[in-house]
Amino acid sequence: MGPLPLEEIFGTVGVYAIYLLIGFAFGAVLEMAGFANTKILAAQFYFKDQTVLKVMFGAIVTAMVLIFLSSGLGFLDYSQIWVSPTYLWPGIVGGLIMGFGFIIGGFCPGTSLVALATLKIDGIIFTLGALFGIFLFGETVSMFEGFWNSSYLGRFTIPEWLDLSTGAVVLIIVLMAVFMFWGAEQLERIFGGKNPAQAPKLRFAGAGMLVVLAVVSIDVGQPTVKDVWQRIAAEKEPLLVNRSVQIHPGELVDLINDDQINLVMLDLRDEVDYNLFHLKDVVSVRSDELEIRSLSLLSAPQNTVTALIDNNEQRSTEGWKVLVAEGVPNVYILEGGMNYWLDIFGHDGHDGCPTATQPDSQEFRHIFNMAIGAGHLASEPDSESIKMEYTSKVKLEKKKAPKAGGCSS
Amino acid sequence: MIHSERPIAGRYINPYLAGGLLGVVLFLAFFVTGNGLGASGGLNRILVFFQDLVAPGHVDRTAYLLGMAGGDKNPLDHWIVFLTGGTVLGGFVSGLIFKRVRLETVKGPHISVRTRWLLAFAGGILMGYGARLARGCTSGQALSGGAVLSVGSWAFMLAVFAGGYMLAYFFRKAWN
Repeated sequence: MGPLPLEEIFGTVGVYAIYLLIGFAFGAVLEMAGFANTKILAAQFYFKDQTVLKVMFGAIVTAMVLIFLSSGLGFLDYSQIWVSPTYLWPGIVGGLIMGFGFIIGGFCPGTSLVALATLKIDGIIFTLGALFGIFLFGETVSMFEGFWNSSYLGRFTIPEWLDLSTGAVVLIIVLMAVFMFWGAEQLERIFGGKNPAQAPKLRFAGAGMLVVLAVVSIDVGQPTVKDVWQRIAAEKEPLLVNRSVQIHPGELVDLINDDQINLVMLDLRDEVDYNLFHLKDVVSVRSDELEIRSLSLLSAPQNTVTALIDNNEQRSTEGWKVLVAEGVPNVYILEGGMNYWLDIFGHDGHDGCPTATQPDSQEFRHIFNMAIGAGHLASEPDSESIKMEYTSKVKLEKKKAPKAGGCSS
Repeated sequence: MIHSERPIAGRYINPYLAGGLLGVVLFLAFFVTGNGLGASGGLNRILVFFQDLVAPGHVDRTAYLLGMAGGDKNPLDHWIVFLTGGTVLGGFVSGLIFKRVRLETVKGPHISVRTRWLLAFAGGILMGYGARLARGCTSGQALSGGAVLSVGSWAFMLAVFAGGYMLAYFFRKAWN
């Protein structure tokens, strides 16, 4: 099951050797494609030679089909691979500037590396220019930090955006690419005087295979949270049974007051109970929204701890399975939920609540005369005055998923 | 630069074949490491390494650089640096095999070598600056992010092509 736990298998040196090898293959293919030759790259923009488009989209659709097929078949965990987070406008403006740089300088950073490797002087000079541009950015980014961090949408993918299944998006993109290849060949015929009939017939077979694989990937589908949980249940279920992930209210109070922790509290109860009483700074989330919520948790900082809150523990336990199946680290359940919480911290008129009679009830068994939301002392207990004894269970676990991609690191 | 003993360079492979191969490499990168490919991040760290040698105090005071090289952090101790090194090595070996390693300036027929160098440097600056602004270059954002269906990566990719086509007319003399 990929991605592989590389550190465990190969050690640090081994990991770096693997990256060197992947880089080697990358550089070799770029060179073989002719990407060290700036004239081939620039010709893309004069319609004469569409090599850039063919290689790029050929690579994207090939990799895409393989990734989602293996994810669908359970060989690869999509939640654990790096998806560039979307910062929409900085990305678009940066992309435009790079487009300008491309037509003026004739390379992009990757291709300039292979041009440099094959001793193209223009490639060497371009790389120096790129280094200087990166230097300028480092010196000036503080002037527009706000813009640089704006329009952040996190790990936002096309299937979510279009509300389509992943397989459908994969097929649409493959068909779009095939259509673009056809268009590119027409442009080359008109502007470049090339005869598409002379291109190898094998390309039709390749295109056909991609379409077939895309259709198969629709049929296979992507693993649902339930599928993933089935696979990991044997490993994770004991954590629930041994109560290793149910944290005492006292520990939650301390987490709330811990500056080192980025605490996310998700209240899974229904609206009525939430309005009656909830903790300060919780986010009210329906259980069926957790899958979507997990995406932002996956891209949250390393020191993020997620606490799930129910009246008791029913919904929080189910929610825990969902988030853990999605690969979110450091997820905990508030022990006994809001019921136990209010047993400890109390509230006005608490003596009338049927506390002891139904300790395992999943209903909210505290009686409030009106909806006070977070406007109660117990919504935000003072950790100084209340020091509670508890067994600490939160252990910050490092994220398995890559922290940053090849360009944003 | 005409040498009589100049070896005949091999032909480039078919673009669709190259695309397929590149796609397999990209898939393997994701499958094995969870990361895609990239280039500008490696260049960035190599640059910061030298900045840290020349002006460590400055690096420690700049938030953006601090994350990579603050204190005793070595900016080169990162996987992207090895990927970048591998890219250069792979390009070189492939160039050797196909007899394309040759000290030369590739340019359009109607501009001087000096103009080409100037344009390459200017374009490089824009490329480097834009790549950091967009948090990725053509390989890291467009290729890798595109394959895993990131919305931002597709918007970025369209912007790169749009930028190129927007200015292509004005720079036609440089290439044709």
